[in-house]
Amino acid sequence: MTEPEPKKSTAAQRTVHDVHDARDVRDVRDRHDVNDVRPADSLADELDVRRAGATADGLDAHLVVQRGAFRLDVTLNVAPGEVVALLGPNGAGKTTALRALAGLTPLTDGRLRLDGSALDGTPPESRPVGVVFQDYLLFPHLTALDNVAFGPRCQGATKAEARAQAAEWLDRLGLAAHAGAKPRRLSGGQAQRVALARALATRPRLLLLDEPLAALDARTRLEVRAQLRRHLAEFEAVAVLVTHDPLDAMVLADRLVVVEHGRVVQEGAPSDIARHPRTDYIAQLVGLNLYRGEADGHTVRLDAGPPITTTEVLSGPVFVAFPPSAVTLYRDRPTGASARNLWHCEVAGLETHGDQIRADLTGELPLAADLTTVAAAELDLHPGARVWAAVKATQTHAYPV
Amino acid sequence: MTVPTDRSGAAADTIRGGLRRRRVRAQVRGVPLPLLVPALIGVAFLVVPLIALLVRAPWRSLPELLTSAEVWQALRLSLVCATAATAVSLVVGVPLAWLLARVEFPGRGLLRALVTLPLVLPPVVGGVALLMALGRNGIVGKTLDSWFGVTLPFTTAGVVVAEAFVAMPFLVISVEGTLRAADPRYEEAAATLGASRFTAFRRVTLPLIAPGIAAGAVLAWARALGEFGATITFAGNFPGRTQTMPLAVYLALQSDPEAAIALSLVLLAVSVAVLAGLRDRWMTAG
Repeated sequence: MTEPEPKKSTAAQRTVHDVHDARDVRDVRDRHDVNDVRPADSLADELDVRRAGATADGLDAHLVVQRGAFRLDVTLNVAPGEVVALLGPNGAGKTTALRALAGLTPLTDGRLRLDGSALDGTPPESRPVGVVFQDYLLFPHLTALDNVAFGPRCQGATKAEARAQAAEWLDRLGLAAHAGAKPRRLSGGQAQRVALARALATRPRLLLLDEPLAALDARTRLEVRAQLRRHLAEFEAVAVLVTHDPLDAMVLADRLVVVEHGRVVQEGAPSDIARHPRTDYIAQLVGLNLYRGEADGHTVRLDAGPPITTTEVLSGPVFVAFPPSAVTLYRDRPTGASARNLWHCEVAGLETHGDQIRADLTGELPLAADLTTVAAAELDLHPGARVWAAVKATQTHAYPV
Repeated sequence: MTVPTDRSGAAADTIRGGLRRRRVRAQVRGVPLPLLVPALIGVAFLVVPLIALLVRAPWRSLPELLTSAEVWQALRLSLVCATAATAVSLVVGVPLAWLLARVEFPGRGLLRALVTLPLVLPPVVGGVALLMALGRNGIVGKTLDSWFGVTLPFTTAGVVVAEAFVAMPFLVISVEGTLRAADPRYEEAAATLGASRFTAFRRVTLPLIAPGIAAGAVLAWARALGEFGATITFAGNFPGRTQTMPLAVYLALQSDPEAAIALSLVLLAVSVAVLAGLRDRWMTAG
């Protein structure tokens, strides 16, 4: 259920495969079982501990940037050694937040403290901040070595010292053989590592990465993602990365901060966010059907739509989520159904999704359903077909808003 | 499509070449006469004078004419002054272009218009204006004269000043255009690495826009080399001191037309060389 909604089938397929890879990279994360109702308290405690550390050391920022009608208002607290991902759709203000942290965009309001000292008025060249730009922005007229040596040079090292340091960084990132190459001779993955080495060579207390994997093709991406994960884990100061790719965010970051329309809509551990999405955007990212309604016992009355029966006993405003794989489709109304949610729907679209077919349904309740190719053929599914969609109460997951 | 064998491949190439030729011919046939005729007149208008110069050139006496001391004097002075004017333009023009391209300030548009005015100003007017500013009684020249004993009009330095005044806008416009096309985020990347704005300019921007600066410098140099109006007005026409090639040509035309043609040929050759140097930049536009 970590797959995002497959609006574009190729992207969706890639993500599906990547998810398996991600599981290998970070098997500690269990974000696949909706019914695993691990108390949120322990996660909150974890976060609180981190935040407490962040007040003295690390990043303590409240970024407010007003630009025309757009307003960014984001609070970020990150402890040293922690990797936080700003995740959000395009135009959400993630890059603006990053630029504000780097000092490239002035703050309209708010505060910015790093390791206890205020950075609000500090120009970018005086901030202990390293940036890996989305398209790397390696200086095309300098070799990889001189690109990395640029920062130490600006910090006052002699040419020889700066080059020695740069050579060390390139070596650490496995690029010693490419030290003399100009950026246009480097592959995407190599350029990305040179950019990382260049940012790290200034020994920043805050490392910013803007869509670090976006410029890479799918194959390189897997490899570079794993490497980047390792380098970020070694980095002892604060790291903030910006991405619109949930998989990158989940693999690379310890904590996600989801930004929509310039505001934080949800933050927490990746597994927590995957289990308890709070907006349609996140639900789609993690591939869940998400509804909001009013709970009364086992029943959740949706704001718009039919009631849903759940196993949790709750009252008041709640979210209800279930994965597309929990949906069973029937051609005719099933009889003798037990504690089941049953809705009459119409097929709006069908897409291949790995070895599965995802049906996009409208009607009583808009939802996504996964089924096997065989099942789809037996049901004679086609756009416009009327079907019955059933979800067992035990497959749903309700949690307070 | 299958891979053709060598022979059929060659045949295909020939056919394709023939097709292309036919298509070109068809395109030319398709040009309407009301456009074609004026266009050809335009070509003739621009090319015939150059041909005339070559046809009427006194080829036999040319070596003798061009090795005379006066010619060498004028040519050397022209080259030295044009180069000096280009150097002056570079030293102040590149920073000016950077200011116009990279710094937001009120009145920037007006400033750009002002500094590019010499592009369209009649050079003679420029010369008169320079006299009013830097002449012995000019608003700045008076101070230069009385405080530092520096006089610019009717000196070789005056030639450089007049040429720089006319040529610098070409450089400024060219470099500003290159700067605007260059990605300013490289400067931001440099800033995040600890570079001050000046360091970023010197170590990142300058190397990136070097080709644009070179093109602008060549353009300014060519313009300075051909400068006539402002030079003769501000610096006069003293052989060996302020008489550059264009002035020598003009003077020679009245007394010795053959010498004038010979001198013109030298300037034509220099112009062709400049154009050849810039061909990668401008002549590939088509």
